[in-house]
Amino acid sequence: MIRLEKRPQPSRAFSLATPVLAVLATMFFGGLLFAALGKDPFIAIKTIFWDPLFGEFAFFYRPQLLIKGAPLVLIAIGLSLGFKAGIWNIGAEGQYIMGALFGAGMGLAFYPAEGFYIFPLMVLAGAFGGWIWAMIPALLKVRFGTNEILVSLMLVYVAEQFLASMSLGLLKNPEGFGFPGSRNLQQYAPAHNADLIAGTGMHWGVVAAMIAVIFAYVLLTKHRLGFAIRVTGEAPRAARFSGVNPTRLVLFCLGTSGLLAGLAGMFEISGPAGQVTIDFNVGYGFTAIIVAFLGRLHPIGILLAGLLMALTYIGGDIAQSKLGLPAAAIQVFQGMLLFFLLALDVLTNYRLRMGRTEVA
Amino acid sequence: MGIYMKLTTLLASAAVALGLATTGYADGHEKTKVGFVYVGPIGDGGWTYEHDKGRLAVEAEYGDKVETVFVESVAEGPDSERVMTQMALDGADVIFTTSFGYMDPTINVAAKFPDVKFEHATGYKRADNVSTYSARFYEGRAIQGHIAGSMTKSNIIGYIGSYPIPEVIRGINSAFIHARKVNPDVEFKIVWAYTWFDPAKEADAAKVLIEQGADVVLQHTDSTAPQAAAQEAGNVVTFGQASDMGQYAPFPRVSSIIDDWAPYYIARVGAVMDGTWESTDTWDGIGAGMVGIGEISDAVPAEVKEQALALKASLADGSYHAFTGPLKKQDGSDFLAEGETADDGTLAGMNFYVEGIEGDIPN
Repeated sequence: MIRLEKRPQPSRAFSLATPVLAVLATMFFGGLLFAALGKDPFIAIKTIFWDPLFGEFAFFYRPQLLIKGAPLVLIAIGLSLGFKAGIWNIGAEGQYIMGALFGAGMGLAFYPAEGFYIFPLMVLAGAFGGWIWAMIPALLKVRFGTNEILVSLMLVYVAEQFLASMSLGLLKNPEGFGFPGSRNLQQYAPAHNADLIAGTGMHWGVVAAMIAVIFAYVLLTKHRLGFAIRVTGEAPRAARFSGVNPTRLVLFCLGTSGLLAGLAGMFEISGPAGQVTIDFNVGYGFTAIIVAFLGRLHPIGILLAGLLMALTYIGGDIAQSKLGLPAAAIQVFQGMLLFFLLALDVLTNYRLRMGRTEVA
Repeated sequence: MGIYMKLTTLLASAAVALGLATTGYADGHEKTKVGFVYVGPIGDGGWTYEHDKGRLAVEAEYGDKVETVFVESVAEGPDSERVMTQMALDGADVIFTTSFGYMDPTINVAAKFPDVKFEHATGYKRADNVSTYSARFYEGRAIQGHIAGSMTKSNIIGYIGSYPIPEVIRGINSAFIHARKVNPDVEFKIVWAYTWFDPAKEADAAKVLIEQGADVVLQHTDSTAPQAAAQEAGNVVTFGQASDMGQYAPFPRVSSIIDDWAPYYIARVGAVMDGTWESTDTWDGIGAGMVGIGEISDAVPAEVKEQALALKASLADGSYHAFTGPLKKQDGSDFLAEGETADDGTLAGMNFYVEGIEGDIPN
């Protein structure tokens, strides 16, 4: 019999090893899945993981990795702060939408004016939009004790309605022949979040994601607030005794994650997406939850996890087109990643013991 | 500086790669490569399903001379731009982008690959290497409206709208005009689902309409969920949308509007092969075969069926236009004078209801 025995201390080695093991297990079982679909599993795995990085057209895919990964990392960093402290913001998708709407709205309000100040104002507006949307569940939680998971999640659907309304109404392109969608910010230079060096994919959102990683790392390792976050998550009672103010912590964690999600939305809409459209949001806010856990809620881990998720999206689309793999198979493949991560997580806290169960 | 140098090299190699991709075609690489970008899954039973049938028809027509590739469920925005670029890099000669939301991405990618042809469905932006194509679905809606108006007993017709865009509003108006023509007491109840494909939302919308007394439900969304909801209710008439949805015939589904992209796709791929492709704007209807009317089932009274087929014939040969005056707008202002027909520009940007429809277009 194999038994699970609780470790006295969570294993550090396994904590670091499980993401790698999860990726390997995903490759293995994903390969079996692809083989069952009649595709060569080695070519499929190579197409997903290798080709975007080192294949013939890597010069195009590497920048795409930054474009796809930046919003994931930016949002996940914010979420991880709250998750560490046991504060669950599930509504980053809504904060992402509101950040985009505030940012794009600010930019479009100036159209067609020129001015260096327009883009910075959009950044501030985007951050504010995400922050204020996260402050709704935050204030309800600290004032009335509501559950932030439910409130933040429900506000995603409210934000989606705002997005539809803005695309069809206030922000609709007056020169768009009645079709929904705003003017394209890519064609309005002062509001365009362009590549800082053309063709690199390096836009301000990528820079912001890098800064967020460093900021979170310093906060968590060097700052009193980081200590408060960690201790609250690990031992809430001890946290209270050591003078952590839970109200301020909730406001800080939800506010910061909302702010970063809002920034991600703003950089996306003014750059790669360009336009306020009904279907602008594609689930970054939800995927970022996976990224945060895949990265062990650690800033560096999140950076790597964000790039890995981006890789599976980009490689997955290539595999669809080149190998004829169905989209559903790619989605199963991505789902496996989180599944194996959570399943293998058991090994961090438990060890496997061979031997017979004792008879009482 | 180092980074900058490296980039220049990368971009140079990009240019070389693109050059290769295109010259490879000029000296006649064996197969013409055709890419398709789909907004939904190919199994949606509606919009994307029919585009994929068009793709398969291209393969059947040209056999070994073509290679087709597709990516399904591609989000509009930067993801679609990446997928199109990837297809172009992989040597596609022509790429069909099959959703309105792919418009700006298609234009962006087309600008980077001047030798690749692009075909964008339902949009209005064109370039030297970008054509647009769409179907006059409103012609099919006229026939639906006629049958619906004839068959309703409660005089309440439910309509599941996707998004309040001209395409959908045109369909509502056309159906309403022709329902009222045969039945002056008919009323439309419209629910906006804000999705093209979401079986759960579509089923909810259908149930709401049925609860409000609708005994005919028209849909401008792509799943068969409303058909299933109608079947459950028992006495509600539906029409297949985008695809025949024949599995719900003869009742509740009594007819359907079928998008038939195959003739167009075969013609356009053929034009790429023999070098006669040009940027065009195609808007075809029943006459050209782009809009098909699915088998009108026996649940429809024989005389109504006969009238519907006569209407279809007159739309097909152009002797009748689905928007023929006298018509007024919802606010009572004049739209079309006696005998006047709507021009394509007005139809393309239609953002008002005709007189008699209640409620506002959301914005």
